[in-house]
Amino acid sequence: MTEIILQGLLLGGLYALFALGQSLMFGVMRLTNTAQGDFIILGGFFAISMVAATGLSAGWGLLVIIPIAYLAGYALQRFVLNGTLGRDPLPSLVVTFGLSIIIQNLLLEIYSADPRSLEVGNIALASFSLSDITIGVLPLLTFGIAVFATICLQALFSYTSLGRSFRAVSDDREAAQLMGLKPAIVYAQATGIAFMLIALAGGLQAMRTTIAPSDGPMLLLFAFEAVIIGGMGSFWGTLVGALLLGLTQQIGFRLDPGWGIWFGHLMFLVVLVIRPQGLFPKTRG
Amino acid sequence: MLQAQGITAAYGDAQALFGIDFSMQAGEIVALIGANGAGKSTFLKTLTGLLPVKSGSLTFDGQSLNKIDAGDIVKLGLAMVPEGRRLFPSLTVEENLLMGTLSGRQGAWNLARVFKLFPILQEKRYMPSTSLSGGQQQMVAIGRALMSNPRLLLCDEISLGLAPVVIREIYAALPSIVEEGMSLLIVEQDVQLAMQVSSRVVCLQEGLVSLEGKSGELTRDQISKAYFGI
Repeated sequence: MTEIILQGLLLGGLYALFALGQSLMFGVMRLTNTAQGDFIILGGFFAISMVAATGLSAGWGLLVIIPIAYLAGYALQRFVLNGTLGRDPLPSLVVTFGLSIIIQNLLLEIYSADPRSLEVGNIALASFSLSDITIGVLPLLTFGIAVFATICLQALFSYTSLGRSFRAVSDDREAAQLMGLKPAIVYAQATGIAFMLIALAGGLQAMRTTIAPSDGPMLLLFAFEAVIIGGMGSFWGTLVGALLLGLTQQIGFRLDPGWGIWFGHLMFLVVLVIRPQGLFPKTRG
Repeated sequence: MLQAQGITAAYGDAQALFGIDFSMQAGEIVALIGANGAGKSTFLKTLTGLLPVKSGSLTFDGQSLNKIDAGDIVKLGLAMVPEGRRLFPSLTVEENLLMGTLSGRQGAWNLARVFKLFPILQEKRYMPSTSLSGGQQQMVAIGRALMSNPRLLLCDEISLGLAPVVIREIYAALPSIVEEGMSLLIVEQDVQLAMQVSSRVVCLQEGLVSLEGKSGELTRDQISKAYFGI
């Protein structure tokens, strides 16, 4: 039992990384990025190519693509997504859905449909034992990164001038302009940070398992479920939501190998029925 | 310091300003009055860049404001206390005030000075801004604008929805705000109050300036005619 819980939480850590970027973009600009999963997979493939091209180790390769991801996210928001923002959420949904299709097909064109993974050598299989429980080093590392990322995001929002700007622009765009902020730039910075998390998630996913161009929508679903379970706009909520999702899936997998993901969806439905605002909602009105 | 010539502006197809001529000298306190829908708030929105100027010229210290991004105007020293206060609900009182420092302007105003002007805000600095009373929220809105050390402060209906005793308390703070030479443009529904605190009154009517004069020298009839058009 302890082992199931532990493995579930470790899986949830990865899901948290899938979801934090989504949570951030929704929190700052009420934008639901339906291409979240595809961007994660794109990040994974980018990491694979970066490692192949430069000969860097997987870890260093990942560190190199994170700043590039920031720039890509910044540019995407500044030149594409900003144009879709407004009272009506439909344009942003349609545009990100279109991006999702473009990315999937582009990846298929470049990398073919073969699954690939990011070789990390021994660490992929390394594990240690605590009494009778075996813990993988890579999942534990991923979990640690997820918790660290949540702490960093929460601290960024709570204690820095940039975090205040994010909250202010989200609260009242015009009043924020009166204070000297340019929403177009603040949004771009938010998406840039979200894309750093996306690249990190993609790289870790490619280390943990194989990735294929068509994997995105499934990851989007996990990210979305984690954000909704946790409550829109709260990073700790997103982390808890992701951990719960990982845990439920792991329990399902143990009962029957085909039930894991289904169990996760069931738990998501139960939360939607009992507590539609999520466990820790921060979003106002 | 502020020069507006023939300013027109519109919300979509609905034109709201029909050619406003207006100017202010440094250190002046001017009250802008007029009936609802006369264009007072719209005019302030064009000054702060929130609404684009359709035609006419707008300059602040010789620099044209026509094409400047709203986010850059406060950096030139033009700040606004918006109608309805517009505090950031997810920020605390102190965080709201700190937003004013984003303009990067140095000057006499900082947290300590704002807390000295409105001591109650120091007491409530870590509270959510929405938990304060209307008058206290107005103090935060004024303090937040002052934190950007403006040279011209626009106040849009700072008495709206407040009890008379609170209004008196807020207006009592104005003299210490302007003592270092800051200029004030006040939009005020209460004409009596507007005349008391200002040195000059400008009245708008249907998007045009209908009357302008020294606060002490205008008669009731003049104002009533400029206000209502009858």
